[in-house]
Amino acid sequence: MRRALWVLAVLLSHWRRHKMQFATLLIGLISATALWSGVQAINQQARNAYDRAAATFGGARTPMLVAPDAATFSQELFVKLRRAGWPVSPMLEGRVQINGRSLRLLGIEPVTLPADVGNAPRLGASDLSSFVAPPGQTLVAKETLSDLQEQEGAAPPISNGAILPPLHVQPQLVPDVLVVDIGVAQRLLNKPDQISRLLIGKPKGKPAPLAGVVGDQLQRVEPNAETELEHLTDSFHLNLTAFGLLSFFVGLFIVNSAVGLAFEQRLPMLRTLRACGASARLVNTVLVVELVALSLVAGLIGLACGYFIAAALLPDVAASLRGLYGAQIPGQLSLRPEWWLAGVGISIAGAMVAAATSLIKAIRMPVLATAQPRAWQQRQRRWLILQSSAACAVFAVALLLLQYGQSLIAGFGVLAALMFGAALILPAFLELILLAGQRFARQPLALWFWADSRQQLSGLSLALMALLLALAVNVGVSTMVETFSRTFIGWLNGRLAADVYISASDNAKGVAIRNWLKERSDVQAILPGGRAETQVQGQPVELLGLPDHALYRERWPLLEVAPRAWTQLIPGNAAFISEQLSRRLNVRVGDVIEVPAQGGTWELDIVGIYADYGNPKGQLAVNVAALIRQFPQTPQTRIGLIVAKENIPGLIAALQQQFALDDRNVADQATVKAESIRIFNRTFAVTSALNAFTLGVAGIALLTSLLTLANSRLPQLAPLWAIGITRPRLAAIELTKTLSVALFTSLLAVPLGLLVAWCLIAIVNVKAFGWRLPFHVFPLQLVELVAVALFASLLAALLPMIRLARMQPASLVQVFANER
Amino acid sequence: MLSIRNLSKTFSSAGEPVHVLRGVDLDLKAGERVALTGESGSGKSTLLHLIAGLDAADDGTIRLEDTEITKLSDAGRAGLRRDRIGLVFQQFNLIPSLSVADNLAFQARIAGRDDAAWSKELIERLGLDGLLKRYPEQLSGGQQQRVAIGRALATKPSLLLADEPTGNLDEATAEDVLALTRDLVTRTGCGFLMVTHSLHLAATLDRQVVLHAGRIA
Repeated sequence: MRRALWVLAVLLSHWRRHKMQFATLLIGLISATALWSGVQAINQQARNAYDRAAATFGGARTPMLVAPDAATFSQELFVKLRRAGWPVSPMLEGRVQINGRSLRLLGIEPVTLPADVGNAPRLGASDLSSFVAPPGQTLVAKETLSDLQEQEGAAPPISNGAILPPLHVQPQLVPDVLVVDIGVAQRLLNKPDQISRLLIGKPKGKPAPLAGVVGDQLQRVEPNAETELEHLTDSFHLNLTAFGLLSFFVGLFIVNSAVGLAFEQRLPMLRTLRACGASARLVNTVLVVELVALSLVAGLIGLACGYFIAAALLPDVAASLRGLYGAQIPGQLSLRPEWWLAGVGISIAGAMVAAATSLIKAIRMPVLATAQPRAWQQRQRRWLILQSSAACAVFAVALLLLQYGQSLIAGFGVLAALMFGAALILPAFLELILLAGQRFARQPLALWFWADSRQQLSGLSLALMALLLALAVNVGVSTMVETFSRTFIGWLNGRLAADVYISASDNAKGVAIRNWLKERSDVQAILPGGRAETQVQGQPVELLGLPDHALYRERWPLLEVAPRAWTQLIPGNAAFISEQLSRRLNVRVGDVIEVPAQGGTWELDIVGIYADYGNPKGQLAVNVAALIRQFPQTPQTRIGLIVAKENIPGLIAALQQQFALDDRNVADQATVKAESIRIFNRTFAVTSALNAFTLGVAGIALLTSLLTLANSRLPQLAPLWAIGITRPRLAAIELTKTLSVALFTSLLAVPLGLLVAWCLIAIVNVKAFGWRLPFHVFPLQLVELVAVALFASLLAALLPMIRLARMQPASLVQVFANER
Repeated sequence: MLSIRNLSKTFSSAGEPVHVLRGVDLDLKAGERVALTGESGSGKSTLLHLIAGLDAADDGTIRLEDTEITKLSDAGRAGLRRDRIGLVFQQFNLIPSLSVADNLAFQARIAGRDDAAWSKELIERLGLDGLLKRYPEQLSGGQQQRVAIGRALATKPSLLLADEPTGNLDEATAEDVLALTRDLVTRTGCGFLMVTHSLHLAATLDRQVVLHAGRIA
């Protein structure tokens, strides 16, 4: 043990004399661990929230019975099944509005509620009587209480004027859910004796066959391993994970570069250790122990940084998930012990992978091997051929995935293969460019410039690959976001047709407002709206009521349309379908869709497909009057108004005064648009932050490569200095060389980035969200990104160049003194 | 103390076998100081490496006191070097990141034979008193070689092996270094086998052995 400690002390002494190298190793490991664990922390937080949602009094994790073609069914079936020995518990689900805010209402029957419905919030015996006995309770999450700006014990009214039982906080409950006794829910939703589903508990004996009890009125739905939210948000988390992985690998490039150089420099030390009697096994074991210890320290620091990154990004991620998928994620970070363990594990594993080649080299090193400085160029040609062949194979995989892959994973697979292949082939591309430069060079210094750049290439290639990947991702994601941004704003202009939007707290108030508005001369048109929810082919679908008005005909963002589509909507037997729902159900214009309505099945001819960006649910747009006929419970609280621009402020002020409405209940088009754009921008704030992080880490990778190369470059530079080229001029040439290869890499990153953008728009977005955006290129943005990459390269190259320019002549003379 | 019998070693060069040692026999008594000379490529360094256990012989035996080196595993040979052999190279092979003091004590520490009194005596005799806090790069060639000799003798080995220890030094420094080594070898009573090209320096030792074409001439 003492012997091992002495060997460890000797190995560690290297870092004391090479502080910059030590710093780059730690920076690499810290940035790799920090970005990876930051992203994992966010993903874990979100998944915990989905689990909570899934387990809310039996969500997708519980087997259940539902009606095959209707949203609700008679309570009598529950009684029949209980009598036949089925351990079922009824549940009624619907939506209610409180102060214009839509919330999910769950009615449960606590006595029969199965004990094993996931980690559902349990009602203790003492709570049970308060929950069931009048006035009862409305269980809510703490977050919902604060969102509603209500106190515990308050009994707020819902949109139809009914009063909720007093609010009571249940800590395990997900936000935006209200839980009441099923009798109360039937009254609030005006669905007497109706239930939405029956949760199935563990049967004690063998119950009678289902068909024998209820015929084909109910069907069993097995629990899903993956909840609907998990499925919907897969792409978002996959996207975050992809960024985390990319940053992790870029960080490992730094580690590989630092460890590689440290091992090269320590080869004579290892040989001396062996010559002095330290066995190969001892030296190798201590080398591994040293690496593990360093990665442990760096991993812990990286985890702390990752925590802060996650905490900083989480509010934006939560906003994105709420905006895109309606998923409720707490904005505060809470992490499980396995996150810490996994973070340390990934740091150690990453360090071992990055150091693998160096470790193997040290382990295989014969004690008599002469320690040679890096001789990359000797193996360069063979490596270039090997790497290029591997790149071609990876491109072939990308093509196969593009051709035959159907899933979202396959979409990301195409992206990953494209980028990996491009990174592999980059050194060969650069070698060709530099070789061409060398061929055309006439001046001796120019000839040396190109030849030396080629020699330097292998030492820089990992860092340049990191730069290529980071920049390509930046180009790809920025192009996609910019495309989305412009399309979204155009779409928003179409969707927000009315000049003023009103959301009344209940139907009675809605009627009063409409009557008041009819008397006002400044209101050109009143456009009623409404929304109802149902299920089509097992998928949740939102029904949107559209008024028949010329403004909608002009502006509604239709992608495909049948002749006389708007006229066909009026009688109520036709609908427009949102793009994502049309893809999910494989429905085209001209098809017919059957919608379970309260009066039976509602057949709708599809007469148009419209863009509905950012909506996690599928949507059907129908005539509002027809919607209210089919779904009489639809809250009639949404009103749009056409008003001359100059009259808007006055009208809003009058509405607020007359009906005690606040800013949440009445807003003009500009405000709604600004809020939508703010949410949109917040959605992509995370992407921008990760983009910047990735480019930053790539910059560090380049800096560390240049710093580590700087020392081994002296033998190449000293002869030039000896023949009369000044140190500042040498530094300037070195800087030009670095910037040249960075520029070539950046120029290659642009087409790759555009390809990445195309993949995101044409493959990933379509598979993830169900919509496809038009593909646009933004040349100014590309120029800006290349400039940023070059600036990062300039910053990275500056420090080694300043050191070279200021280098004492003695250091250069030493090169000749050391040559024997 | 050191007994070598019928030692052979062959390397492969460009696919052709090169017989470096062809049945070498050599004996060295305790305290004896022997110079191993011969032209370049005669196998001097190879012989030294085989004795130190840095490489394995193809045939023959090497016995140091009661241990047959040729039968030892890699770990066994490392242990033997650590505890009973001191090695000095032409290129000094000091650890650049350790101070002179730490370099001197290094082998004794990993052998678990740190002897403060002996270390002090070594430092004094080698004239390294004022250099202990310096690093190898801050020393002259002669000073570096004195540190290397100190490191090799710090464990009081049975055998000191030196491969061209004065090859990088000027003549005067080379003589000083060798004189110091001779004194210290006498003081410890260990055997001393030195590879050298210099017949002048070889003549200062007890005996000369000439290696020619892989055989003792």
